Amino acid sequence: MTPAGPAATSDDVAARQGWMAVLARAPAAALAERIAALPPLPAHARLRGPETGLAMVRGRQGGDGAPFNLGEMTVTRCTVRLGDGTLGHAYVAGRDARQAELAALLDAALQRPELHDAVMAAVIAPLAAAQAAGRGSVARKAAATRVAFATMATMRGE
Amino acid sequence: MAYVAVKGGEDAIAHAHAWLAEARRGDPAVPELSVAQIGQQLGLAVDRVMAEGSCHDRGLAALAIKQARGDLIEAAFLLRAYRTTLPRFGASAPLDTAAMLVRRRISATYKDLPGGQVLGPTFDYTHRLLDFALEAEGAPPPEPAPEAEADGAPMPRVSGILAQEGLMAAEPASEAPPGDLTREPLAFPADRPLRLQALARGDEGFLLALGYSTQRGYGNAHPFVGEIRVGEVAVGLTPPELGFEISIGDITVTECGMVNQFAGSKTEPPQFTRGYGLVFGHGERKAMAMALVDRSLRAAELGEEAAAPAQSPEFVLYHCDNVDATGFVEHLKLPHYVDFQSELEKIRTLRATADAAQREAAE
Repeated sequence: MTPAGPAATSDDVAARQGWMAVLARAPAAALAERIAALPPLPAHARLRGPETGLAMVRGRQGGDGAPFNLGEMTVTRCTVRLGDGTLGHAYVAGRDARQAELAALLDAALQRPELHDAVMAAVIAPLAAAQAAGRGSVARKAAATRVAFATMATMRGE
Repeated sequence: MAYVAVKGGEDAIAHAHAWLAEARRGDPAVPELSVAQIGQQLGLAVDRVMAEGSCHDRGLAALAIKQARGDLIEAAFLLRAYRTTLPRFGASAPLDTAAMLVRRRISATYKDLPGGQVLGPTFDYTHRLLDFALEAEGAPPPEPAPEAEADGAPMPRVSGILAQEGLMAAEPASEAPPGDLTREPLAFPADRPLRLQALARGDEGFLLALGYSTQRGYGNAHPFVGEIRVGEVAVGLTPPELGFEISIGDITVTECGMVNQFAGSKTEPPQFTRGYGLVFGHGERKAMAMALVDRSLRAAELGEEAAAPAQSPEFVLYHCDNVDATGFVEHLKLPHYVDFQSELEKIRTLRATADAAQREAAE
């Protein structure tokens, strides 16, 4: 695993997008709990934030046409640096500064070849599984309300 | 008309605020409502405040509802004011609602459609009878809702199905950055992206009444609900320091695609046209009203006669924002003493002149 910088391959970018998506959806308490199960992570310095701001959320007219501005959402971001210069970034929905900082720290650690596999196994894999289970439960509840309407006499009394 | 600055009243104002705080809390013998309880148990109020406050943050919207004592327009106002204190980090990639984790998806145009009809947690089919069982406190939480095997079949948008057949006007493909009402004041003619932004944050009641007016004949709509879908969509953002898109979380949105008749024109064959609604949170009534009004505002673009209020962009867009509207209506409570004094003088002079003329005529 090499850092996903300017020289990163598309596979590196895709892997980093994958773990950043999982971290963005994990509450701070869950991140802290997973980190506690790891050997201590390297010390980090805050380069920016954590700080809360807004992202303008866009939709598309008709669902698939030109973009329009739907409204804003709160976002918290953080950038940290490990002792060896590795940078970790996080942008997470909401206002949880602790979540953003832990996510940035984990993003940095995951780019370090000697830490990558352990962090993936102890942090990302179980969180991803829990998130997939949550989505699966919603999908199954939705499936239980799926109907087949049978058309009967029309309302017009023809 | 203008209001004037006044001084004084500090003590009265402080006492009024103290009473407001007491009234907000209510009877201390009744347990205090937590922000988390509002977020969890008054979720649709939270959704409405996020939509009209134009800021997706459940915790902030719930806090605003508590502070506003449940006055949802006041709560939207609080949320709008708060958002002005935050920097903007950027704009998201346009949401992909076709990839939504769907909790509800219904169509009134197709009985059988790919992905099926999914009722979700809906008030539809309830009898609207007060449920006194909810009055009881300390009852155990309800059993988790039943689950069934999910086939994971894709749920394409109904408008896309019609567009594929060539029976629905396709949306012009565009990646043009949309105008932003929060940065540039509204100007006319307003293009459709700007109109949709205004409608998405517009007042549900106002848009509901306007949408209703199009159904009753003020503007010829003939709408069908092609589709309503509610669920969670991922939000993607490309931070410049990374240079690639990352997923920052999921938000709940409601989307409504209305299908409307269009008789055709010199250049266009008869076909269906779209009205589109998209709002933060679970807000079907708002999304449907938005879609009706979006379509009626396209009258001029489609060469239709535009005579009804819902077809007038100026009328609709200048009046749909409840924070603007409440500001201007409620400013009438501010001191207008000088203005009113001059009105009083004028009326007294007119009365005196009229009285004198009457006396003269009687003599």
